[in-house]
Amino acid sequence: MSRIHVTTTVNGDTVEFLADPRETLLDCLRDHVGLTGSKEGCGTGDCGACSVRLDGTLVCSCLVLGVEAQGRTVETIEGMATGGELHPLQRKFIEHAALQCGFCTPGILVAAKALLEKNANPTDTEIRYWLAGNLCRCTGYDKIIRAVQDAAAEMRGAA
Amino acid sequence: MPKDELKAEFRLVGTRPNRPDGLDKVTGRARYGADATLPGMLWGAVVRSPHAHAKIVKIDASKALALDGVKAVVTRADLPTGLTGEDWNLQENTLAGEKALYDGHAVAAVAATSRLLAEEAARLVEVTYEVLPHVIDVDDAIRPDAPVIREGAADASVPPGMPPNVVRYLDFGRGDIDAGFAAADLVREQTYKTEATHQGYIEPHACVGQLGADGKGEMWVCTQGQWYIRKMCSAVLGLEAAQLRVTPSEIGGGFGGKTTIFMEPLSLALSRKAGGRPVKIVMSRSEVLRATGPTASASMDVKIGMKKDGTITAGRAEFRMQGGAFPGSPVAEGLYCAFAPYAIPALQHIGYDVLANRPKCAAYRAPGSPMGAFAVESLIDEMCRELGLDPMAVRLKNAVREGDTASYGATFGSIGLIETLEATAAHPNLAVPLGPNQGRGIASGFWFNHAGETSVTLAIGEDGTATVSVGTPDIGGSRASIALMTAETLGIRYEDVRVNIVETGALGVNEPTHGSRATFASGKAAVIAAEAAIREMCNRAAAEWGIEPEAVEWVQGAAQPAGPNAGKFPPMSIAEIASKMGGTGGPISGHHESVPDGFGASFGAHVVDVEVDPETGRTTVLRYLVVQDAGRAIHPAYVEGQYQGGAAQGIGWALNEEYIYGKDGRLQNTVFLDYRIPVASDLPPIDTVIVEVPNPGHPYGVRGVGETGITPPLPAIANAIHAATGVRLRHLPMTPPKILAAMKTKG
Ligand code: FES
Ligand code: FES
Repeated sequence: MSRIHVTTTVNGDTVEFLADPRETLLDCLRDHVGLTGSKEGCGTGDCGACSVRLDGTLVCSCLVLGVEAQGRTVETIEGMATGGELHPLQRKFIEHAALQCGFCTPGILVAAKALLEKNANPTDTEIRYWLAGNLCRCTGYDKIIRAVQDAAAEMRGAA
Repeated sequence: MPKDELKAEFRLVGTRPNRPDGLDKVTGRARYGADATLPGMLWGAVVRSPHAHAKIVKIDASKALALDGVKAVVTRADLPTGLTGEDWNLQENTLAGEKALYDGHAVAAVAATSRLLAEEAARLVEVTYEVLPHVIDVDDAIRPDAPVIREGAADASVPPGMPPNVVRYLDFGRGDIDAGFAAADLVREQTYKTEATHQGYIEPHACVGQLGADGKGEMWVCTQGQWYIRKMCSAVLGLEAAQLRVTPSEIGGGFGGKTTIFMEPLSLALSRKAGGRPVKIVMSRSEVLRATGPTASASMDVKIGMKKDGTITAGRAEFRMQGGAFPGSPVAEGLYCAFAPYAIPALQHIGYDVLANRPKCAAYRAPGSPMGAFAVESLIDEMCRELGLDPMAVRLKNAVREGDTASYGATFGSIGLIETLEATAAHPNLAVPLGPNQGRGIASGFWFNHAGETSVTLAIGEDGTATVSVGTPDIGGSRASIALMTAETLGIRYEDVRVNIVETGALGVNEPTHGSRATFASGKAAVIAAEAAIREMCNRAAAEWGIEPEAVEWVQGAAQPAGPNAGKFPPMSIAEIASKMGGTGGPISGHHESVPDGFGASFGAHVVDVEVDPETGRTTVLRYLVVQDAGRAIHPAYVEGQYQGGAAQGIGWALNEEYIYGKDGRLQNTVFLDYRIPVASDLPPIDTVIVEVPNPGHPYGVRGVGETGITPPLPAIANAIHAATGVRLRHLPMTPPKILAAMKTKG
């Protein structure tokens, strides 16, 4: 199948790639752009390991076609730390041991950041429902919820 | 070593520093199985049987090979013949021979220049099948007239006349079982069933394999054990182990499921056929669920005799487990663990390992133990209720102690079951009042733990820092715990130790990170290696001072004269010794390899509060408590993490997860939407208590903690649901329709 030229912005950088029209945005990020931080846990929109922002909207990049990124803005886990500074969520995930294998972590961090931008002071239940589309098999979620709460508190304090 | 001789005050052990690989893992930089790309790399895809049981009449790959960009097709004909035993099983599971044995069984593999092309080519491989009758359920598979999966698969333990799919038989026990039951005031017998579940690691299996015509190969793979990959791929492909170099990627969960091979040999075989170009294979989630190791399903009869005061007089367990189309269900482990928490004078265990048309089971966290616990811990709870006894008191009354002979024959060393149960009984969660439709359940659980072949090297850097090379992949923070123990021993900062998980060429054989062994075994070996390096550093200082090495001691990261008679020299720090080691005898390192002895068993107890909706039968977990003996928690946050993760998996197994097959023998739930593991909104906070009864077999008292935690949730939740509703569910999972039906029947 002939490939399509795509120009898009990923984490602030303009990138170009040739996408087979059947390839997902996740495939394109991983195999054409060289950003392997977004993970494929299912490819069917069920696990959230591939979570990215597309024009600010939280999406499963396995459910978006690569060609749909044309002219749009993509944010991935690789863009979350700015200027060498970790995002508070990233820091708190390490401090709270909110990851074991770490495979779900990029998707959960991207999703949690989107939550805190909408709701700076979520309840535990709100966090749990917001992250219900992000599967973690290792942690039982307990430390993830604590880490998100602690990051939210710090971000509120800093604001 | 008696308990009180173990050191109890530490500088670093027991603290919670950031894990060394944390930064990589929160920034997306950590490289997992599917994250590697090599020059000239091809992609592989696997052709899988759509039938549960079928003769393979013909494989025609001509259409696939005609596609531009398809470089190789591999079938069983490309693999060596003449393998026996488990090697044959592994090869047969890698690629079907005469028959496809389960839905999803690999029958061929292709390599092409892109992933999409490889998938397209796989669809074009034409396989002609002759469908055979199949059998899925363990109780069906053990019938004398069941479809026969494989003639001649039974081992010598199976007495003549057994049904054809029984491949292993166990019969062991102690005491006079009839007298034991006769001495009881109450004897009850029930049948319990658990369904197969999947480990559910979020990272699908992935590897890049490269193999030349010269038999030299390399592999990048997500695995719990790079040496197992090497050994198994070598066996299946007829390679020499030393010629295959296996590098473990970061691993996105394993839980036992990544201790064996699936598509790894296929990437090597394809590479060899494609002129040595590397071949990457990444499984889809459906492939993971259809073709990689689920756990066994079990059907279990348990009989227990109890006195009015709660004393257990006798126990009998007869377990039937199917572990797929190959021998290897964990029926033995299930039986060994079933009565392990109890001191019972008379016991009988009978076990059947049964073949069925399902994928070859793999280890899953405490293999066999959750099933056995579901049966035994449920029945004990039933009998406590009937006799009006407190289930916690009964567990304490019958609890095993140090020196007792375990139900499975070993003698318990230092164990912490009593301490664990006492800490559980004292926890505030037990005092929380319950409302209507709510119930509380408790259960205990056990895992042996494991040591295994271990080889570790520690090297002192020129600046006095230390590099530790270990062979056990870090699934849940073991780098942190090994760095803590090493730094504690050397007397340096935690940050000055780097723990690397190394490839197969760098160390002697290591068993995988399995059996809850990484922090115990690699940690113990790292401490012994550090002690060897310390001895050498003391030698260097002694030589410089012109005194005997025995007159030098190591204190807080420095050599110093041992006592006033040794001479008067200022302490010589590790940095100073290291900075001049090139001139004082060369590199300083320590090495240790062994099968470490003294791993200690870990007992746990869980308490769960549930609410069951009488309208829908849906169970909500309100509160959850895990109490478990860690021996000593090196990094308590990751110990808690193991407890919480094990509990979450057990909750999923108890309430929701199961392999569902259609009448055609095909797996029905092959995506996460249908094979639904617990999500964040399904679970409450999971409270933990770390009990520390130090293990005298480890320099810092460590016991493995990874596995026990998946065991108690199954019975604890069944017990809680009974307390909430009055109905007893003896067949997992306890889904809303099952609970509702049971409540309706009860009226
Ligand atoms: S990979 Fe996209 S949701 Fe799982
Ligand atoms: S930390 Fe392993 S899946 Fe979340």
